[in-house]
Amino acid sequence: MSFVTVFDIVNSFGLEIRTGEKRLKEQVTGGYASDLLSDVIAHSRKGNIWLTIQTHPNIVAVATMKELAGIILTGGRKPDSDTLQKAEEEEIPILVSPLFTFELVGKLYQMGISGKGEC
Amino acid sequence: MAEPEENICFHEMFHIEGGNFTHAGAISSRVKKILKEAGFPGKIIRRTSIAAFEAEMNVICYANQGNLSLFITPNFLKVVVKDEGIGIPDVNLAMREGYSTADETIRELGFGAGMGLSNIKKNTDEMILTSESGQGTHLEFIIYLDKQNEG
Repeated sequence: MSFVTVFDIVNSFGLEIRTGEKRLKEQVTGGYASDLLSDVIAHSRKGNIWLTIQTHPNIVAVATMKELAGIILTGGRKPDSDTLQKAEEEEIPILVSPLFTFELVGKLYQMGISGKGEC
Repeated sequence: MAEPEENICFHEMFHIEGGNFTHAGAISSRVKKILKEAGFPGKIIRRTSIAAFEAEMNVICYANQGNLSLFITPNFLKVVVKDEGIGIPDVNLAMREGYSTADETIRELGFGAGMGLSNIKKNTDEMILTSESGQGTHLEFIIYLDKQNEG
């Protein structure tokens, strides 16, 4: 698949959409998985889908700053209520998957979404 | 380091409240918006806002309060961040990637990985960090508006 949208990911893996429905048609440029915010700030790229277990509002600040396509909370993590509020304001898609990060990254990779390679 | 006192096209100062994670990233988002509206190239905006985000987070994580000033001049962007707080006892050690004094609460939020200052260093053209233990920290960085930053 050459052109993957956030919506394609939601559809393929049955993700729960919590916020940012308006932006699901955007193209996903790649993926990044990390729970350290400075790491994500340093290495994610614009349009990336970000997998994390962090649920606090600062993930929205990071996604906004790096213009990410969306955030997937893995392991069935529930976003904090103020995270949802901030994500609605900033129009950042927050999606939830029951899968753990490793499993979901594998599936995304098979779907044609890759990282940027070595740093 | 280049001084912005002459030829300042724009200057704005923002207050940062230490310990308040609720609005973390708000100041750097505003910096990014200002630079976007001013029409700077993407790379300049990206580098400045990443460095500003890390600097803002440092004040929130470690200081009582601080302020971040953005200066725009014809040749460079300069950001000055001053805070009042515990300061950094050993600046050289703090610059080392992976070194952190963050407590468990900060680490649980995904901060305190010891990457903040090195992220600032990597994304700026000049960086000066000075601190007085128990007083506070003074950080300045510059991003030049030349061709290498236009991509």
